Amino acid sequence: MSTTVTTSAKRLNYLNVDHGMKSWLLTKDHKRIAILYLISLSFFFLIGGLMAVFIRIELATPAGDLVEPDTYNRLFTMHGVLMIFLFLIPGVPAVLGNFLIPIMIGAKDLAFPKLNLASWYVFNAGGLFMIWAMLHGGVDTGWTFYTPYSTAFTDTHVIATALGAFIAGFASIMTGLNFIVTIHRMRAPGLTWFRLPLFVWAHYATALIQVLGTPVVAITILLVAAERLLGIGIFDPALGGDPVLFQHLFWFYSHPAVYIMILPAMGVISELITAFARKRIFGYKFVAFSSVAIAVLGFLVWGHHMFVSSQSVYAGILFSVLSMLVAVPSAVKTFNWTATLYQGSISWQTPMIYALGFLGLFVIGGLTGTMLATLGIDIHVHDTYFVVAHFHYIMVGGAIMAYLGGLHFWWPKMTGRMYPVFWSKISAGLVFFGFNLTFFPQFILGYLGMPRRYHAYPEEFQVLNVLSSAGATILGLGYLIPIIYFIWSMRYGERAPANPWGAYGLEWEIPSPPTTYNFEETPVVTREAYDYTGIEEKSVA
Amino acid sequence: MPDPSSGHAFGLAHQFDDYEQQREASYLGVWVFLVTEILFFGGLFTAYIVYRSQFPFAFAMGSHELDITLGSINTAVLIGSSLTMAMAVWATQTGRRRSIVAYILATILLGGVFLGIKVVEYTAKFEHHLFPGPNFHWQGSDPAHVEMFFNLYFAMTGLHALHMVIGIGILLVIAVLAWRGSFSPQNHNLVEGIGLYWHFVDIVWIFLFPLLYLLGRNIQS
Repeated sequence: MSTTVTTSAKRLNYLNVDHGMKSWLLTKDHKRIAILYLISLSFFFLIGGLMAVFIRIELATPAGDLVEPDTYNRLFTMHGVLMIFLFLIPGVPAVLGNFLIPIMIGAKDLAFPKLNLASWYVFNAGGLFMIWAMLHGGVDTGWTFYTPYSTAFTDTHVIATALGAFIAGFASIMTGLNFIVTIHRMRAPGLTWFRLPLFVWAHYATALIQVLGTPVVAITILLVAAERLLGIGIFDPALGGDPVLFQHLFWFYSHPAVYIMILPAMGVISELITAFARKRIFGYKFVAFSSVAIAVLGFLVWGHHMFVSSQSVYAGILFSVLSMLVAVPSAVKTFNWTATLYQGSISWQTPMIYALGFLGLFVIGGLTGTMLATLGIDIHVHDTYFVVAHFHYIMVGGAIMAYLGGLHFWWPKMTGRMYPVFWSKISAGLVFFGFNLTFFPQFILGYLGMPRRYHAYPEEFQVLNVLSSAGATILGLGYLIPIIYFIWSMRYGERAPANPWGAYGLEWEIPSPPTTYNFEETPVVTREAYDYTGIEEKSVA
Repeated sequence: MPDPSSGHAFGLAHQFDDYEQQREASYLGVWVFLVTEILFFGGLFTAYIVYRSQFPFAFAMGSHELDITLGSINTAVLIGSSLTMAMAVWATQTGRRRSIVAYILATILLGGVFLGIKVVEYTAKFEHHLFPGPNFHWQGSDPAHVEMFFNLYFAMTGLHALHMVIGIGILLVIAVLAWRGSFSPQNHNLVEGIGLYWHFVDIVWIFLFPLLYLLGRNIQS
């Protein structure tokens, strides 16, 4: 026990307790696994981003002059596949959730540390399948693998890519299972459900979706592979099957998957807003239960992806109404965050800039979502850039803003170092501005009728497309700057104190970076979450 | 690595405070895993329900080709294996080492009998050209949807059999561990966990048997 006490000049923590590749690759420490995930995710994010670069360069001119149409199909497919399965779905849970959930609930580790490490290996194995497929010509079905094109017509690497998604899906199940058991069974004494940070509630709701949804897409992918490989008919109409059944099974997972991406992001925002408004969240229980409500409702709305694919009009009406209901818990969250800001003592630190950016972008993404849930409007803008802009506002403007905000908030805890404040604020501004410039014109383009997934377009759309490509350049710069200063900070950054923001939470009561087992003694929790009375305000700037 | 052993008892993982917490976490983990399994099979059951309701006659014709005697025997064998599995768990809770090993071996044996009978059934289907794919051949009406019945038959029973094979593999490991005396009335989460899994696989068969073998047998061609 005495080795962890801070008497020696060099305090032992989870980073310096052990050295060498082996100590990392065989680690069972949830914090080290979070770092491993961070490295993998950054890698896949950069490759997926590279695809987007080619897409935006191609679309800068109306003619299809940079790549062949077939190549373009592969570019947007691989962009979607990599970003969704290998970045957004693991995203916040695998990096921030892995690092923080045991600490936030006062535990030494997750309930199943070996399973946690296994999930990282499984995830990378899935990623390797996809990268292999990409290097051997890629896949051109779109990330949705719609049948019968994917099983009977395309000659690209559907099976390798889909199996990659299948394998990575198991990593997602493992993470979700681990979180559910950990949150149920490992909470510190006194930490009741309604004293949990909302970050933990959001991850609990996310884990429910991961556990209930992912197996369905897994079996669906196996059936697609069997149909393509063995020629046995489940979905192919030529073999007596029904392609719409594929769409039902696929979206039964893949719509809830959107909430796998956004719910943990919402958990991050609850932490950031309270920390930088220095206030207890407005309506704790409403925010907590709205996460669960989104998770439950999320399973009842998949049909809104099929308004124009032969679904009955009555089913369409039902799915339309249910989809709009999702707006209720989402609005509860948004209004409660805003109400938390009211009369708060707001400080403009970098994570807060991301959080406020999230609020603005998520509102636009969410409201256009209810527009798309309206049957009549959807038929007009279906498969246009309006849809593309909508889901990028949720996934990039929502999930990635929160991911970056969370990374900037907990970076001092994860690495024990501060990053340059000036550059981080510049890059947060660039991300917000660049994002809007990239995707807002796409709403207009879609409304005017520009279809998605084409490499060429009529000349009257060029001005808006050039604006979008220019915005993408700024956005890309905004993503590159943090990568540089985060790496720089690990060596040269100022040393971080235990609680650099003056924030409330168990993670801020232990040293930065934490020791391997987080707490020397299991903490006893006696206060409500976000109880900011009596916590000293600090300023880093 | 830092010393995790401070005050920690044998067989208790470092992240847990006591056996009670470890046991509850382990059971909850297995239950959540079984939930994912239900949804995994759920995709196939959905496909079955959709196509059965669309093509009831073709599916009934397919059902007629299955061997109801072998299917019934297999159902009895599998229920018997659930009994021996439950006895193995009981023997662990009461600390009877030899009984644990005996009951687990009995479970493995019954599982093996089930798989053996399944092989006999599959072989007959191959010989009668009822395995889906290029060699599939059907004299009667609507061959495409009779073939779809066999697609689902092989997919569902095949996935079930795969779960049996994995279960038997784990049981073999557990039999060795039990022989070495790794389990005690305080520490037997592994046996309880595999027990839950084994019962789950049985219950899947309890649904598969009537859906594939029994439904629509009254319809004459």
